[in-house]
Amino acid sequence: MTPPTGASTASIPGTMDDEKAGPSRRDGDPNAFNPLFRLSSEQIEEIGAEFQKIHDEVKGDLGDRDANYIRSIIEFHRRLTALSRIVLMASRYPPAWLLGTAGLSVAKILENMEIGHNVMHGQWDWMNDPQIHSSTWDWDTASTAASWKHSHNYVHHTYTNVIGLDKDVGYEFMRVDPKQRWSPEFLAQPLINILVMLFFEWGVAIHDMDLEAIKKGTKKKSDLMNDLKGIGKKGGRQVLKDYILFPALSGKHWKKTLKANFTANIVRNVWSNAIIFCGHFPDQAYTFTEEEIADETRGGWYVRQLLGAANIEGSDTFHLMSGNLSYQVEHHLFPDMPSSRYKEIAPKVKALCEQYELPYNTGPFWQQWLMVQRTILRLAFPGGKETPKSPPYVAPPEQPRAERTVQAVDGPIPAFP
Amino acid sequence: MTTPLLPDDYIALLDPRWSTREATGTVVRVRSETDDAATVVVKPTHPWPGHRPGQYLRIGAEIDGIRHWRAYSLTSDPEHPEGLVSVTIKHVSEGKMSPWFTESCGPGTVVFLGNVEGEFGLPDPLPPKFLMISAGSGITPIWSMLRELRRRGALDDVVHLHGTRTTEDFIFGPQLRELDGDQDGYHLHEQLSAEDGRLKVENLDELCPDWREREAFLSGPREMIDDFVAHWESEGLEEHLSTERFQPVIGTGDAEVGSGGTVSFVVTDKEATCEQGISILVGGEEAGANLPYGCRMGICHTCVGVLREGQVRDLRSGEVHGEQGETIRTCVNAPEGHVVVEL
Repeated sequence: MTPPTGASTASIPGTMDDEKAGPSRRDGDPNAFNPLFRLSSEQIEEIGAEFQKIHDEVKGDLGDRDANYIRSIIEFHRRLTALSRIVLMASRYPPAWLLGTAGLSVAKILENMEIGHNVMHGQWDWMNDPQIHSSTWDWDTASTAASWKHSHNYVHHTYTNVIGLDKDVGYEFMRVDPKQRWSPEFLAQPLINILVMLFFEWGVAIHDMDLEAIKKGTKKKSDLMNDLKGIGKKGGRQVLKDYILFPALSGKHWKKTLKANFTANIVRNVWSNAIIFCGHFPDQAYTFTEEEIADETRGGWYVRQLLGAANIEGSDTFHLMSGNLSYQVEHHLFPDMPSSRYKEIAPKVKALCEQYELPYNTGPFWQQWLMVQRTILRLAFPGGKETPKSPPYVAPPEQPRAERTVQAVDGPIPAFP
Repeated sequence: MTTPLLPDDYIALLDPRWSTREATGTVVRVRSETDDAATVVVKPTHPWPGHRPGQYLRIGAEIDGIRHWRAYSLTSDPEHPEGLVSVTIKHVSEGKMSPWFTESCGPGTVVFLGNVEGEFGLPDPLPPKFLMISAGSGITPIWSMLRELRRRGALDDVVHLHGTRTTEDFIFGPQLRELDGDQDGYHLHEQLSAEDGRLKVENLDELCPDWREREAFLSGPREMIDDFVAHWESEGLEEHLSTERFQPVIGTGDAEVGSGGTVSFVVTDKEATCEQGISILVGGEEAGANLPYGCRMGICHTCVGVLREGQVRDLRSGEVHGEQGETIRTCVNAPEGHVVVEL
């Protein structure tokens, strides 16, 4: 008997259960058919239980290896920072300035992404080390730890990609999804986009203020003042450190130091902006409406996280420099799992995707980034269609291993050894 | 250098012990007291602030990447000439830390030193007559108090009843027997539970007929303390009895949802009661406490608080966990008996 050939219609989204067409089937666009609504509630709970199993297995296995990992990264960051400062003492020589600034940029990126973001997620709380703990950590960026933990850990990670609830969808001043209503101010989006890239940390700093509520005038004045005070204090300290104190310590070469700090901050901003925008705004990621997630269960939450995030492919160094947010899918499924474990569990996540015919959103960095930029430019203008989504994940066929042979008198024979 | 990295962070790169953020100490030696008990001698990194005999020390250690904390009675003399401190630990095979202290740790191991705490100790002024009652590893605070009395030349009239399984199991047995021989003011009775049964309130009149006239100090397992406390109360003498219990009161529910319990929030100063399966967060909110919260499903860590006392049940897995100083997520944990949370 020959196996059936050709693609099974079951694997094409939107071709099954037509009568069950869920609420997210929009404008007859088959790509907008959200796989979440194709699954039965039993299946959703099964998937939820499977994901929970992955989580619990890792949690039970955490130990010295993981503790040593985060400590070594923290130590590496501190050594790199100190070393970069030492090199910058010779900043009147351009190569030294360049080297020191590059070191500083890398250090800031590591500190913000692999260390700060992940520690403040509570990924290392299990160690019970008060120095490496979500409740005590602060990071080298303009936003306060408290406001970031609220806007990111709570609002974004709970309501991921739900239009209107997840304020990370466009950060309340950009239109990155066609479901967001267009208004003329979005015409400035291409310009704002570049400013956000360059000064990303300040955007993050004001993000938790709830700009929408301020615009509508519904935010309490005392809350607003408190927010401004917090941002002023933390931002002020950052400005003082990077643009007054360190330059002052450098004596007559203060300008070089100032430039180095400014450059490092910009490099960090552009990089973290790119990685973070690639996490949810590429074409493959699904968004949801409030009605769609009403009565959502834990299983539904897991599936929504899977559909709403997108990975970036890259080398180990790339993953480290992105704080393992290149494993955005795994991060969103398990936000409090140590980031160093995402790579290890990725195959299990993919296997579940294949089993339940769900997509596993991923792509190379430039593809993801360009998609995001294209969306931002397109949606500055009215309209815009749902972007095409990924088909269900299918594991690439294993390459048949070519057997090595050597030539013998009567033809090739297997090589030894 | 400035925030968020402080000079301390860089100093700690050179030698972690130079950090002033946390009190640490280095194990100098581990001395075997009995077959299953050992004294861990620690040199604190910073000068020892002192303690009163009878108090306990919160001591922390990292085991397989995780920081654990336990409280043990200090057995060292308050002003040790070399500035050393010690705790004496009985091996509990199903425990996490006591096997580590008695078997794995050794000279050079770095431990974390928490606060010295506890009200158990010698009163001021000293009463004329003492009755010490101890059993098993409950000997440790009594040992410290006896040494203090001796140092102060006040070992005038002390009756000491100690319950131990066998003669060999008696921690500090040899030293106390010697003390019994040397000092007229100290009388030791060893009750070997393997032969004579446990030390009970019924034994009191025979072993120490004038117990009602003595200031009594009691340290041992919970059931024993409960019995003796009830006995003292029945005679209206509870003011003359001080106790040290080492096991917290834990609910006995075996169902998945647990027994529920009560919560004391120390920062917001609220008391809450949680029925079966009700999280600390919800119970606290119902009691009117203004607590931090976020996702309410155990993912965002907005609601974490430090557990000061008691144990909690993870409502997702049913697992009962928690030790002093651990940070817990209040949204997915329920009290198991009484708990104290720093929130």
